[in-house]
Amino acid sequence: MVDGVAVGGQSAVVSAGRGQRFARAFRKSESLRGYALLSPTLIVMALLMCAPVVMMIVMSFWTQTGFAFDRSFSLDNYIEAYNSPIFEALMWRSLSITTWCAISTVVISYPMAYYVAFHVHKNKMLWIILMTLPFWTSYLLRVFAWKIVLGYNGAINSGLDWLGFIEEPLEFLLYSQTAVIITLAHAFAAFAVLPIYVSLQKIDKSLLEASADLGDGPVARFFRVTLPLSMPGVIAALLLIFIPTMGDFVTPALVGGPDGLMMANYIQANFGPINNWPLGAAFAIAMMFIVTCLCISFMGLTKLIKERFI
Amino acid sequence: MSRAGYFRRPNRPLFVYAVVYLAFLYIPVMLLPLFSFNDGIYIAFPMKGFTTQWYEEMFTDQAMHKALWNSIQVGAFTSVVATFFGVLGAKAVTRYRIVGVKPMMGIIMLPLVVPGIILGVALLILLSSLGIQLSLSTIAIGHVLLCVPFSIATLIASFEGFDKSMEEAAADLGDNAWWTFWRVTFPLVFPGILSSLLLCFTISFDEFLLSFFLAGSDPTLPLYIYGQLRFPQKLPAVLALGACILVFSFALVCLSQWLRQRSAGVQKSGDQ
Repeated sequence: MVDGVAVGGQSAVVSAGRGQRFARAFRKSESLRGYALLSPTLIVMALLMCAPVVMMIVMSFWTQTGFAFDRSFSLDNYIEAYNSPIFEALMWRSLSITTWCAISTVVISYPMAYYVAFHVHKNKMLWIILMTLPFWTSYLLRVFAWKIVLGYNGAINSGLDWLGFIEEPLEFLLYSQTAVIITLAHAFAAFAVLPIYVSLQKIDKSLLEASADLGDGPVARFFRVTLPLSMPGVIAALLLIFIPTMGDFVTPALVGGPDGLMMANYIQANFGPINNWPLGAAFAIAMMFIVTCLCISFMGLTKLIKERFI
Repeated sequence: MSRAGYFRRPNRPLFVYAVVYLAFLYIPVMLLPLFSFNDGIYIAFPMKGFTTQWYEEMFTDQAMHKALWNSIQVGAFTSVVATFFGVLGAKAVTRYRIVGVKPMMGIIMLPLVVPGIILGVALLILLSSLGIQLSLSTIAIGHVLLCVPFSIATLIASFEGFDKSMEEAAADLGDNAWWTFWRVTFPLVFPGILSSLLLCFTISFDEFLLSFFLAGSDPTLPLYIYGQLRFPQKLPAVLALGACILVFSFALVCLSQWLRQRSAGVQKSGDQ
C-alpha cells in the first residue's frame, strides 16, 4: 500500500513534461480546479434540464394531426390557451387552491417551527426528523391515506357515525377543493416547517432581550422582532409550496373529484387520453410562465415592502 | 445562554400544539398499517377483526413482485449515479472557492423548484422526439435529474467542516490526488455518501409524478399501486403493500439521517 503510493508520487514528478506549465497553472488556480470538478455534474444537470424544456417549447409551436405532428410553426396552441375557457377556469382554480394551500400550510406550521426553535433544547434533531419524516415516504401513499381518511365511508365519516355523532356521512369531505387543500397541506408540511425553523433559529436572541428590556410584552415582541426577522423563511416556504403544488395531478385526481381538478390534470390528459401533445406543451409553458411571473412579482413586492417599512 | 431565561421556560400551549401537529402528520399515514390488518374489504370503522390475509395475498401477487424488482433496479441505478454526480459537485463547492458558484448551483438545484409535471412532460417530449423507447432506463434518467439536488445538499452538509489539512498532509506525504481521495477523503465522507445513497434510493423508490410519464410497459411499484387503486377489491392488498413500503422508507430515512449525524459528529470531534 505504502510502496504503491511512493511510486505514484515519484512517477508524477518524473512524468513532468510539456503539460507541466498547464498543470501548474491548473493547480494554482482554485477556480479552475473547482470548475473541472463541478463541470460533469453541471453539464449533465444543465443538459437534462434545458434540452427537454427547449424541445417542449419547440413542440408547443407544432400542431397535432391525428397521430402525427404538423411541424410547421404556428401560434395556434397559444391562441387557444389564451381564448380557451378551460384554460382560464383551470388556471384560476389552480391558483386559488395552491395559494390557499401555501398560506394555510405556513400558518399551521409556523407555531410548530417556533416551538422547536425556541422551546426545545434537548433532542432538537429528533424533533426535526419527526417533523420531516413523513415527507420522505411515498407521496402517492400519503395521498391515498387521505382518501381513506376523508372518504364517504372513510375513517372520519365511519368513525363519527360509529361514535354516534352523525347520522349521514359528511359529503363535503372527499372530492372537493377542500380535500385537495388539506391533502396538499399535509404533503408539503416539511417545505414550510424547515425554512421557517431555519430563519427562526438564526435570530439573535439578544435582540429579543433588548426588546423585552425596552418594555415590549411577549406579543409586541413577537410582532415587532420575531415575525419580521423570520419573514425570509416564511416567504421561502410560501414559494416552495406554491410552485410544486401547481404541478401536482395525483392529489386532485385521487381526492379532488370533478370540482377539484387542476391545470396539471388537463396537461396530463393532453399527453394521455386527449392525445394532443403540442397543446399540452403550450399549456404547460403558459402555466410555467404565469407561475414564474407571479413568483417574481411576489418577491419584488416583499422586497419593496421591506425597503419601505423596515 | 443563561441570559435567555425566558426561552428556557417550557411553553405548555405550544407543546400541545406541537403534539397535535405531529398527530396531523402521522395519524393519516398510520391508518394504512392499521387497516391492513382489518378483516374486511371496506376501509371503515368499526374495524372487523384481525387478519393477515392481505399480506398473504400480497406475497402471492406475481405482478407486484415484478414491479418491486423494477423499482429496486431503478432505485439502485439512480442512487449510485446521482450520488456520483453529487460527490463531484459537493466536493467542488466545499473544497474550492469558485467564482460564480451561485448561479451554477442554481442550475443544479433547479429540479427542486420546477413542478413535477413540467419535468415529466418535457422529458417525455425530448425522449420521444429522439425516438428513444420508454423503459425503466428512461424512468431512471428522470430520477437522476430529481435526486442530484438532494444528493448534493446532503453531501455538502457532510463535506463542510471537513478538515482540509488532512488532505494537504496526505498530499505532502506523497499521495497523489487519487490516493488522497481513497485513503483520506473517502473514509471521512463515507457516512455522508451512504446517507446520500439511501436518500436517493428512497426518493426514487417512492417517486410517482415523473415515472408516470416516463414509464414504458414495465411499471415501478408506485405506478403499480396507482393502477390498483381503481379496483375496490384490491384495496386491502394495496394497504398491506403500502404499510410495508412505509416501514421500509421510514427505516431507510432514519438510517440515512443517523449516518449523516454520525459523520457530522466525527468531523466535529476531529476539529477540536
